[in-house]
Amino acid sequence: MIDTSPSLTLVAVIVVLVTVGVYLMLERSLSRVLLGIISFSNGINLLFLVAGGVAGGAPIIGQTPDGEMSDPLPQAMVLTAIVITLGMTAFLLAMAYRSWQLNEHDEVQDDLEDRRVARRAAADLAAFEDADVEVTTTLDEDAAGAHDETQGGDRP
Amino acid sequence: MTLHDLSWVVPLPVVLPLFAAGLALALWRHARAQRIISLVALSLVLVASVTLLIAADAGPIVLDVGGWAAPVGIDLVADRLSTLMLTVSSVVILCVLIYSLAQGIADGDEDTPIAIFHPTYLVLSAGVANAFLSGDLFNLYVGFEILLAASYVLLTLGGTGERIRAGTIYVIVSFLSSFVFLLAIALVYAATGTVNLAQLAERLPEVDPGVQLALQLLLLLAFGIKAAIFPLSAWLPDSYPTAPAPVTAVFAGLLTKVGVYAIIRTQTLLFPDGRADTILMWAALATMVVGILGAVAQNDIKRLVSFTLVSHIGYMIFGIALSTEQGLSAAIFYVAHHITVQTALFLVVGLMERRGGSTSLDQLGGLARIAPVLAILFFIPAMNLAGIPPLSGFLGKVGLLQAGVAMGTPLAYALVAGAIVTSLLTLYAVVKAWNKAFWQTAPVEPPPMTLPRGMTGSAGALVVVGIGLTVLAGPLYSYTERAAETLRDRDQYIFAVLPDGVRGTGQSPEVSQEVGESVDDDLVEEGGEG
Repeated sequence: MIDTSPSLTLVAVIVVLVTVGVYLMLERSLSRVLLGIISFSNGINLLFLVAGGVAGGAPIIGQTPDGEMSDPLPQAMVLTAIVITLGMTAFLLAMAYRSWQLNEHDEVQDDLEDRRVARRAAADLAAFEDADVEVTTTLDEDAAGAHDETQGGDRP
Repeated sequence: MTLHDLSWVVPLPVVLPLFAAGLALALWRHARAQRIISLVALSLVLVASVTLLIAADAGPIVLDVGGWAAPVGIDLVADRLSTLMLTVSSVVILCVLIYSLAQGIADGDEDTPIAIFHPTYLVLSAGVANAFLSGDLFNLYVGFEILLAASYVLLTLGGTGERIRAGTIYVIVSFLSSFVFLLAIALVYAATGTVNLAQLAERLPEVDPGVQLALQLLLLLAFGIKAAIFPLSAWLPDSYPTAPAPVTAVFAGLLTKVGVYAIIRTQTLLFPDGRADTILMWAALATMVVGILGAVAQNDIKRLVSFTLVSHIGYMIFGIALSTEQGLSAAIFYVAHHITVQTALFLVVGLMERRGGSTSLDQLGGLARIAPVLAILFFIPAMNLAGIPPLSGFLGKVGLLQAGVAMGTPLAYALVAGAIVTSLLTLYAVVKAWNKAFWQTAPVEPPPMTLPRGMTGSAGALVVVGIGLTVLAGPLYSYTERAAETLRDRDQYIFAVLPDGVRGTGQSPEVSQEVGESVDDDLVEEGGEG
C-alpha cells in the first residue's frame, strides 16, 4: 500500500495561495483581480500534486521500481491547466490595458442599466413608461444620470 | 458491434472546426476564403452530427483517442444525449454563421474585425462539440476552456468601452467557475485515482458518502455558474446583451446548455442516488421565478430576453432534479427546444435593433406596420417560449409538469405551480415587448430600409426549425425517452467504454500494455486508500 497522506507544506502553501487569491479577486481593480486569479490558480495546481500522492521517481519502466514511481497523470493535467491559465491571464491583462486606455482606470464598472432599474424601483416608478402617455427621457439620458462609484470625484 | 466502423466520425465535430480555424486564421487577409472555409467546415460538422445521431440510437459509439485504451487514454463517447445536443447545436451554429455572414456583407465588414471572428467562431464550435462528446472529466474541462476562451474574444469583439465593461465581469466569473471545476477534478482524482467518467461511475460508489456529496456539490457549483442557475446567474443578463447580435444568439443558445448538459451527465452517470435533488429543486424554482421577475422589470428587449433565458434554465434543472426517466426525457426535450427558440429570438431581436434603431422598448414602435415579416418572426418564437399550444415549448412544459405530478411530493407540486406561474409571466413579458415594439406608435419613425435577405432568411430558418420540433415532437420525444433510459441505465455507458470492465478497446502495443497494468495497480491502491 502506497502512503498517500499529503505533505503538510503543500497543504499550507495551497491554503495561503487560495486565501490570497479569493481576497484579491474581490477587489475592484482589474490588475489586482488578475493577481488574485494567478494566485488562486496556482493554489489549485498545487492541489493536483497532492492528489497525485507522494513524490516518487520518474515513471519510466526500467528506471524506477514499480512501487516507487510518482503518478504522471496529475502532472500532465497540471501542465494543461497551467497553459490554459497562462493564455487566459494574457487575455485578461490585455483587457485591463484596454480598459485603462478607454477609461484611464482598470476598475470593474457598474452596469448602468441595472442601476437605472434599481433606482426607478427604489423611487417606486414604473420600469418603463408608455410612449402613448407621455414623453420620456431616453435610456442614455437616464443612464448618464445614474451614479457610478467608479467615476467618483475622489479619483487620483 | 457492426457500427464500430463509424467511430472515426466521432472526433470530426471537434477536429474539423479546429482545423478550419487554423486555416481561416492563416487566410486572414482573404475574407471570402474565410467565409467559405467556415461554411464548409460547419456544414460538414452538421452532417457528421446527424450521422452520429442516427448511429448512436443503436448504442453508444466510443473512440479511444490515439488508440490509447480508455481509463488511461482519453475517450470520446457519442451516446443518444450527446449526439442530440450535438445535432441541435450544429444546426444553430450554422444558422448563426449564415446570419453573421449576411450581416458582414450588408455592413461591408467595417465594424466587425471579421478576420478574428471566423477562427474564433470555429474554435467555439469545436469547444462545444468537445464538451458534448467528452468521456473524461478533464477533457470536459478542456472543452469548457476552449469554448470559454473563444467566447471571451467574441464577447469583447472590437473592444468598445461597453463590451470591455461587460466582458470583464463575464471573464472573471467564468474564471471562477473554471477554478471550482478544476478544484473538483483534483479532489475527484485524489478520491478515486481516475478522471474517466465510466471508471468514475464504477469507483465513486465505493468512496465515503460524505466525500461523494462534497464532490457532487463542487461539480454542481462549477456547472451551475456556467448554466446560470439562480444564485449564480447574476452575471448573465449583464454581459450577454452588449455583444453583437449573432454572438449573443449563439451564447444564449449554447453556452448555458453546455452547463446543463454537464449537469445531466454527471448527475446521472456519477451520482445516480440523487442526494442533491432537493437542493436542485429549490434552485430550479428560484431560477424560474427570480429570472422571470427580472424579465418583467426590464425595459431593454435584449436584457428582457436574457432574463427569460435564465428563467427557463430553471425548467431544465426541474426535469433533472426529478431524476426519473420521465423528468429527464422532458428536460432533454426542453433543452433541444430551448436552444433553437432562444437563439431564434436573439437573432430576431438583432433584426429589430437594426430596423428600429434601438433595443429600448421606449424607442421602438410600429414595427408590425413597417416590417410585417419581422413581426411574424418575433411572434412565433416568443409564443413558443411562453409555451402556447401547440408549439414545442408547450409540449416540453407539459412533459415536465406530468413528470412533476407523477413524482407527487409537495416540493414537486410547488415546482409544478412555479413552472406554470413562470410560463404565464413569460407570456406577460413577451407580450409587453410585442405591444411596445410592434404595436405602439413609433416615437421616432425609423428611416426606411430593407433588411438583408440572408439575415431574415437564417433567422427564419431557425424559427422553422422550432416549428419543425413541434411537428416532429412525437419522434423526438421517443428519442429523448430512449436517451433518458440510456442515462438511467449506467451499465450501458460503462460497458461501451470499458467492455471488459477494466480497459477500453484502444490498441495499445505490448509495452504500453505493461505500463497500463502498473498504472492501474497504482490507481487501485490509491483508490482503496481514498
